[in-house]
Amino acid sequence: MLSELDQQIVLATQAGLPLDPQPYHRIAEQLGIDAKLVQQRIKQMLADGRIRRIAAIPNHYKLGFVANGMSVWNVPDEQVDKLGEIVGKLDYVSHCYRRPRFLPEWPYNLFAMVHGKNREEVNLQVAKIASLLGDADQGHDILFSRRILKKTGMRFNQANDIGKKRN
Amino acid sequence: MKNKSVNFKNKPDSPASPLDATDRRIINALQYGFPVSDYPFQEAAASLKLSETELLERIKNMRENGLLTRFGPLYNAEKMGGALSLCAMIVAEEKFDKVAQQVNSFAQVAHNYERDHKMNMWFVLATQSIEEKQQTLEQIEQLTGYPVYDMPRQKEYFVGLFLNLEPVSQQAHDS
Repeated sequence: MLSELDQQIVLATQAGLPLDPQPYHRIAEQLGIDAKLVQQRIKQMLADGRIRRIAAIPNHYKLGFVANGMSVWNVPDEQVDKLGEIVGKLDYVSHCYRRPRFLPEWPYNLFAMVHGKNREEVNLQVAKIASLLGDADQGHDILFSRRILKKTGMRFNQANDIGKKRN
Repeated sequence: MKNKSVNFKNKPDSPASPLDATDRRIINALQYGFPVSDYPFQEAAASLKLSETELLERIKNMRENGLLTRFGPLYNAEKMGGALSLCAMIVAEEKFDKVAQQVNSFAQVAHNYERDHKMNMWFVLATQSIEEKQQTLEQIEQLTGYPVYDMPRQKEYFVGLFLNLEPVSQQAHDS
């Protein structure tokens, strides 16, 4: 949940930080509050995980990594956490999550998004993951995207919506 | 050979990209994090052995030409009280476009992809609360007539560098 001040800071930064030598001062001016307070609130949100990190996010497509495949794995439940940590650390994997199975249609419990310069490279990297998992790989698949049907991203559109239940 | 500078634009299988070694260093370093202080660009620039002005200019350029999709805080929706889920559907080919339109009509659907699989529609649902998520799932099922497989993440594993852009020479050898 967010206090009103934190909500205002989230709204003011959702498009990114101002590219200015003193970005937190610019946000503070916009909100009419002290720059120290802005920094203190952001540090608090970093500490409690509401902000994961403040970072530069590269566009992997523009950097030449034009292929991506969602690799999905059926691994034993008692090993999934250990294996997820290993797969997540591979430098061609951008996301790695444990998700629920839906038997019989969907036996996979580990998801890893794999990036490469083309589909062959993605296939090769998935093969590397398979050999890394060994016997724990009880079946896997790669789902390549065929079409983007919608991409609006996650936006917090109204200050009074953030972290509050809708009435 | 090791010190030879290889740019992405020299590689025939990549889209042209005007990234030089300094840009790559900046992306690699700032994927991890950025300071919260009075002069954070000055701080980040010092550890990259750049001037504050040059760092700001380079980040501005990379934002403008789309090499960076974002520069700023990354929020965790769940920790802010909201809910985020990956959802999948098995949709008949002839109904696909209509169902896509129906699913996309929900503001809570942030991304939607067609994928090569029997489970052919994959979308991300972002809501302000768990209750709203359940409601939206039910509404989507009613409107489309198809069941929705709700696959929220149960655990997130640590992901290191998003894209390892160094060392430069190895990038070329690997392809």
